[in-house]
Amino acid sequence: MSSNEDRARAANTRTAWALSTPALALLALAAIGPLLIVLVYSFLTPGAHGNVEWAFSLEGWTGIVATKDIFDDTWGLADANISIFWRSVKLSLLTTVITFAVGFPTAWFIATRPPKARAMWLFLITIPFWTNVLIRTFAINQVIRNEGILNAILLKFGLIDAPLQITYTNTAVLIGMVYVYLPLMVLPLFAVIDRFDMRLLEAGYDLYASRMQILRRVILPITKPGIIAGSILVFVPCLGAYVTPRILGGGKLMMIGNFIELQFGQGRNWPLGAALSMTLLVVVTIALLFYVRTLNGDRKDG
Amino acid sequence: MAERTTRRGGKSFSVTRLPGFAPIAVVVFLVLYAPIATLVGYSFNASESVSQWGGFSLHWYGVALQNGEVTDAAITSMIVAGFAAVISTLVATMAALGTTRRGHVPGQTVIYAMINQPLMVPEIVTAVALLIFFAMVKQATGYTGLGYLILAHSAFCIPFAYLPIRARLEGMDLSLETAAADLYASPWQTFRRVTLPLLMPAIFAGAMLAFVISLDDVVITEFIKSPGQDTLPTFMMGQLRRSMKPDVNAISTLLLGVTLVMLSAFFLLSRKRD
Repeated sequence: MSSNEDRARAANTRTAWALSTPALALLALAAIGPLLIVLVYSFLTPGAHGNVEWAFSLEGWTGIVATKDIFDDTWGLADANISIFWRSVKLSLLTTVITFAVGFPTAWFIATRPPKARAMWLFLITIPFWTNVLIRTFAINQVIRNEGILNAILLKFGLIDAPLQITYTNTAVLIGMVYVYLPLMVLPLFAVIDRFDMRLLEAGYDLYASRMQILRRVILPITKPGIIAGSILVFVPCLGAYVTPRILGGGKLMMIGNFIELQFGQGRNWPLGAALSMTLLVVVTIALLFYVRTLNGDRKDG
Repeated sequence: MAERTTRRGGKSFSVTRLPGFAPIAVVVFLVLYAPIATLVGYSFNASESVSQWGGFSLHWYGVALQNGEVTDAAITSMIVAGFAAVISTLVATMAALGTTRRGHVPGQTVIYAMINQPLMVPEIVTAVALLIFFAMVKQATGYTGLGYLILAHSAFCIPFAYLPIRARLEGMDLSLETAAADLYASPWQTFRRVTLPLLMPAIFAGAMLAFVISLDDVVITEFIKSPGQDTLPTFMMGQLRRSMKPDVNAISTLLLGVTLVMLSAFFLLSRKRD
């Protein structure tokens, strides 16, 4: 009897793997496998005209934070690189905080509409989510650039005398990233608020809690898993952002993603680019593991 | 929910209302849509200036469509997205059939992790990895065709095609298949005549998403394309680097239109039919 069950289970396992094999093979070939090559490349010597020479070197990795003086060969801190990392982390954190500050009220608003209207509002937040990042960056660029609508309006009403220079500043990149990644914050927040038992609010008010107390002591603690999920879902793509800083930062104000690209273009330092990519991958993986842990914790709690 | 009120101090009091939240939400929606609306509006602007309204005109659509580079890029986009959608949906459907409704299978977590991998890795990292890998293959084989783009897009579209199909399979009633088996249908007949027709809307929905995701990709395509293989997004990216021309508004609007049609189709197809 039990050998029959075992056989059935083994057949089941075989079928599951056999049917999944084409997808897994495609992913191994064009998504997962190449990451290993990047790891190997990070330990090689840069070629004179891009690509690499097959000689072991740690300079790709040390080059992340240190730079060798071209005259006396002494090592010093790579200030330019560090300022790029700092900008990336700072802008990503600011984007996360701002998207939370405006995303939470938005998610709350959607979740507290009557069912029919709720579906409509939810659809309205989903459309930008699926719209090309390039088009959205391009759209916000049209608004904030010197000859853009925002400056035109401000000039017309005499609020400013000369157009505000917003594009090619950190502020522009920040505005762009908040605009582009906001739906990623709203959707997981909506998911937790939608499940939130509104009777808890009644209980709170019956016990004479103020609105501020209700928000801080009841709503925020219970929606914490969604807050963490939304924050990571915004922070992670921000950290690896390429298109938005490229267009709104104008090539000078780089973030990590642009800095990586530079190593494969004009920089001609593929090992450094490979080491930077691996570093970004590790940071993002740690953030996502944290996210998975909070999700599992949430599920266990009920 | 919105109607949940309680009496306090004699007047009606909505417990779900938090001061300032609704105005913030309304402003958020306005700010979210205003730039897109502006872009669409200016695509119909007769004036050369991007900030002055010169009357309604389809001029920039004409300019865009008469530009050989634009039509070439559009054709490349369609070929790549078409192949990527078909290939990724095919393998994703098989994987979804393999991984659902079998109870727990050893190694299932590994399969899930691999399928969702493109969602976890920053695009720029995948782009770099493929750039290096395909450079090696190009040197070894001499092949420089669209195959690289199709292969890369097929891979990163897999999770998008997989998720709606798996959701549908998990929600499907097993009794119809059991009934077919009771009536002596072979497993293949059951699949062909019962499971597949029921699954078809989800398969199309998955294909739509895969198509949209492929059509929108900038970063990976930008890194791995060979000369002359611009897709619409990489062409637009190149234009933006030089100068801002209003025909980019027209191309964006067309691309936006395709995305909207596909998404509406996705929502109609993946809606539960009760």
